[in-house]
Amino acid sequence: MSADVLTRPEARTRSESPKRRRGRRNVNVPGGVAAVIWLLIVVVPIYFIVVTSVRSQEAYVADGPLDLPTSPTLTNYQHVIDLGFGTFLVNSLIVAAGTVVLVLVLALPTAYAIVRGQSRWVRMAFTLFLTGLAIPAQAVIIPIFLLITRLHLYDSLTAIILPTAAFSLPMAVLVLTSALRDVPGELYEAMTVDGAGQALIFRRLVLPLSRPALASIGIFSGLNAWNGILFPLVLTQSSEQRVLPLGLWNFQSQYGTDVPGLLAAVVLSALPVLALYLFGRRQLLSGLSAGFGK
Amino acid sequence: MRERPGFVWAAPAAVFFAAFGIVPIAIVVYLSFTTWNGLGTPQWIGADNWSALLKDHDFPPSVRTTFFLTVGSWLVQTPLALLIGVWSAGNQRFRAVLSTIFFLPLLLSTAAIALVFVSLLDPNFGLAALWGKYLGTPDGNFLGDPTRALPTVVFVVAWQFVPFHTLLYQAATRQIPAMLYEASELDGAGRVRQFFSITLPQLRNTIIASSVMMLVGSVTVFESVLLLTNGGPGNDTKVLPLHMYQEGFIAFDMGYASVLAVLLVIVGTVLSVIVVRSTGYHRMTSDREGL
Repeated sequence: MSADVLTRPEARTRSESPKRRRGRRNVNVPGGVAAVIWLLIVVVPIYFIVVTSVRSQEAYVADGPLDLPTSPTLTNYQHVIDLGFGTFLVNSLIVAAGTVVLVLVLALPTAYAIVRGQSRWVRMAFTLFLTGLAIPAQAVIIPIFLLITRLHLYDSLTAIILPTAAFSLPMAVLVLTSALRDVPGELYEAMTVDGAGQALIFRRLVLPLSRPALASIGIFSGLNAWNGILFPLVLTQSSEQRVLPLGLWNFQSQYGTDVPGLLAAVVLSALPVLALYLFGRRQLLSGLSAGFGK
Repeated sequence: MRERPGFVWAAPAAVFFAAFGIVPIAIVVYLSFTTWNGLGTPQWIGADNWSALLKDHDFPPSVRTTFFLTVGSWLVQTPLALLIGVWSAGNQRFRAVLSTIFFLPLLLSTAAIALVFVSLLDPNFGLAALWGKYLGTPDGNFLGDPTRALPTVVFVVAWQFVPFHTLLYQAATRQIPAMLYEASELDGAGRVRQFFSITLPQLRNTIIASSVMMLVGSVTVFESVLLLTNGGPGNDTKVLPLHMYQEGFIAFDMGYASVLAVLLVIVGTVLSVIVVRSTGYHRMTSDREGL
């Protein structure tokens, strides 16, 4: 494959004359080819999920996997809701919300101290979070299990929220720190000269100015919590505390042959994120790539 | 009145993170010298778990599997994400629609994706039965075949993460100043030359960041393998974190599992330190210098 093409994306040609732009339209052949192939690879499974979720059990066995459903039905959705997916959904929402609140409340003051503080301890805290980026959660799951059982939190949603929030913190602190660094120092100094204390500066200056970064961090840590499997798997047990990913897995192990039911549950579990995507696409995408916007 | 915020502002987060992120590393090192079944109190047994490592026949293959999964994932995902990311940063027709479709996998959780592919690759009813013959697999058995299982896992992991890395490359490509291209055009640079002399160097930080996440993520990939194959067929897709999970939470040999966990911490840290240091990413230098 020739790299002939990978050249410049058209976006940059906006400043050029229309004539030139016409000249270079659609030149990125390998990129285009890769994009079309990948498009098919993405679309086929998504199509499979949606059509199978509205197929009856009998039709799933009889029809081909990609046939259009002859008599679409919503019974699969009814079935999985009856099996408790409503509870799992609520549990996942609680875990995600708890994680987001904890991360935001802890990370913003830290970022403020790192950007404006001068003490050695603050610099050490920053090093701590930078180091934390490299620690894989899998590697410390055994001591976390030990901690959670010793705290008598085993099999509770709190048990999931605490470590999930902790492992979102390093990225959150890093992103907020780089956002606050963009705030000119004069703004802080002006407020100090006017006699404002740290608390007032934090409320009137830091909080409003970091709102976009807070949204990104919120989405980033919320999705982390929403998608997490490891902590719920190891730290909870009962079906009352079950979150969506484990609900899906459990459904598959118990009713392995009910693929339409499983895929209906998959669609249900994606709906909250889909809603987020439809109403805040920009925020969602920036949250996903938190820390790499720069 | 103090002019600067003190450590007090950072203390709650630092203590909280230390409790769940740093202290556990010390505990896991301690636990690797104990015998513990998950209940009761760990008993000190010295270096027995560490010498058991040498006799563990599952350990060398799990390291090899982790290595192939990591390298395979990087080789598949990086060129694809780079290619599609640079392409989708342009303004060709239908780009908005295409981008929306590209990013759809991001809406699904790891569990959902793994379980969907288990259904999709079912040799009896899934798409695998239908299309397997075009992919050299007439029996449609992708996940249950020793030679195909690992590449299939690499593919499913790529399906999940290529959109994310594409997103990073797309955003970074859009930030490359147009004047760099204009200047090189005046100097008579062709498109190949522009890609290698401008686009790639300008994406350097993104390539590093994306690769670090990909490498560290692949070394610790565990959920996808657990749900897709549970390490099978045989032990052919049993990666190191899965081996650790099974020793700890299935066989309840927490002491030996802690040995494997310590190795994971070392591998993860060494890997990110090497990549980050060798590339200078930690200094967060701007790639716009001199502009």
